[in-house]
Amino acid sequence: MNAAFLVFFVVGTIAVASSILVVAMRNPVHSALFLLLTFLCVAILFVVKDAEFVAAVQVLVYAGGIMVLFLFVVMLINVRHLPDDRTLSRFWKGGVGVGLAIFLLLATVVRTGTYHDQNPNKKLLRSTASHRVRKVTNPDGSVTRKRVVRHRTVGNSEAVGMALYQDYLVPFEVASLFLLVAMIGAIVIGKRELSAPEEETSPDFILKRMETEKDVKEAMSA
Amino acid sequence: MNPWMHYLVWPLVKFLVAFIIVQGIVAAMNWVERRLLGFVQARLGPNRVGPKGLLQIIADPVKFLLKEDIVPANAETIAYFLGPILPLIPTFLVYCLIPFGPPPTFVAARVNVAVLLVLALTSTGVYGIILGGWASNNKYSLMGGLRSAAQMVSYEVPFGLSIVGVLMLSGSLDLVKIVNYQADHIWNLFPQLIAAFIFFVAMTAETNRTPFDLPEADSELVGGYHTEYSAMKFAFFMLAEYSAMLVNCCLMTLLFLGGWTLAIGGYGLTTQTLQHMGIPGGMLGVLIFIVKVMTFMLVYIWFRATFPRFRFDQLMDLGWKWMIPLALANIVVTGVVVLLGQSLNFQGEVVLSIAGAAIVGYTLYNLRPRAKVVHASRVSEV
Repeated sequence: MNAAFLVFFVVGTIAVASSILVVAMRNPVHSALFLLLTFLCVAILFVVKDAEFVAAVQVLVYAGGIMVLFLFVVMLINVRHLPDDRTLSRFWKGGVGVGLAIFLLLATVVRTGTYHDQNPNKKLLRSTASHRVRKVTNPDGSVTRKRVVRHRTVGNSEAVGMALYQDYLVPFEVASLFLLVAMIGAIVIGKRELSAPEEETSPDFILKRMETEKDVKEAMSA
Repeated sequence: MNPWMHYLVWPLVKFLVAFIIVQGIVAAMNWVERRLLGFVQARLGPNRVGPKGLLQIIADPVKFLLKEDIVPANAETIAYFLGPILPLIPTFLVYCLIPFGPPPTFVAARVNVAVLLVLALTSTGVYGIILGGWASNNKYSLMGGLRSAAQMVSYEVPFGLSIVGVLMLSGSLDLVKIVNYQADHIWNLFPQLIAAFIFFVAMTAETNRTPFDLPEADSELVGGYHTEYSAMKFAFFMLAEYSAMLVNCCLMTLLFLGGWTLAIGGYGLTTQTLQHMGIPGGMLGVLIFIVKVMTFMLVYIWFRATFPRFRFDQLMDLGWKWMIPLALANIVVTGVVVLLGQSLNFQGEVVLSIAGAAIVGYTLYNLRPRAKVVHASRVSEV
């Protein structure tokens, strides 16, 4: 048994256990904390798979950003405890079905995809071509600039960068545009709901005072 | 070498040494800060315990250890205990990643995504504050925790964006490579002047220091998130805050001030020169590094002595309406200049440095002390 498998076994167990505890906990803050633990464990699993860039981004985005906002919202609502009677959702059969289906899907993909290989093509995964302009001195002494293509093995942050911004530039930009549109939509919807019932919620005495003020103004101007 | 020694024992030893030294510095910083604040505010500061009050460094921890540890009624027990401990873990972990001197001796773990990992770890430091504030069962604490969450999430964005320009110039996420790049060209402070400014402001906000200390604003929230904490738990909060300050100053030094090197354009004390000098060279590198870091720590304290606290909406305005657009503009300009420099074969850093110098010159020109204008017709009256 090698070290990587040992780490996977221990961390994977913690990840699964804590993700079950996320739904089992009665206190929403505790659930959020176990979700955080799950994210951190998954980040470690990414490191085991040589994907250190994804691991760092996982911690940065999920643990550092999204979970903080989760906790923020949970605390603003300030639900200390959920009701004590533990009930299963009516749709638990459906939930189990969907879970099993996704597990089967992923299991088949992993068994047939890149990770199935015992010795995956490291050259494909970890090398990129970079273009550099080099000054080249010709034999007669004159200097010309040449475009040199270098193939080299790189860390996977560079590989991810090359894939996102060269090979899949258009899909990436389209996806980011979708996200932008969705964000603007969310803001517009949120704003409208806040501003609409404003007049109804104003207390009566303010409305009355406004009417009196109006009357006084009219009397003054007349 | 034995892989166990190479991957486990040596990094651990290095980490422990760094840990002890850093904790010593953190303890001393508290004394330095109080003396310096005293100096700025025309008073003495701690001066009773030992010469110049130096033994205060030992007296304070002893006091914290001996004080009564109070747990408020109806506190969430587990979260209340986790609160002060959680922020310590990521800040201590970051010490493994920070190169304190020329590699390989002074780096516990050299990771090729070090910058990202440091950012990720420091961003998780907020949990202790949120949890502590929430678990204390106190409205002021909760307000402090919520403010801290909002503030940290907001300033995380300009904090991360300001680094992108540096990464584009040096073309790496490895802190050692970034430092070497600066020694071979020029300190990133000059071509990335705006980014350095944004980084420093954002890191002050990230560590909840004045003028961004709204989570613990004493005039509004008693003590904010640590109102209900006493004794060693309170000390842990302080320890985490000062450790985070030190980590941020180290990052600032590595990203913008050339880390342990003292070179420009490849001349001077570069990493290679220091490595050739052997152990004394390494020590010299660490010394240079510490001097730079301490400079920024002093600026931190200077900030605290100088600026009044922001209002919360001003804080958010500054973060979202000024820092983020400015950081994005900096990324675009840097990217364009670097790309043009590669294809047209000129040094992008020089152009950016000149632009930065122009901005500083313009700002200083606008801020120059001006003589009071007296209208000519009034001169005769005087």
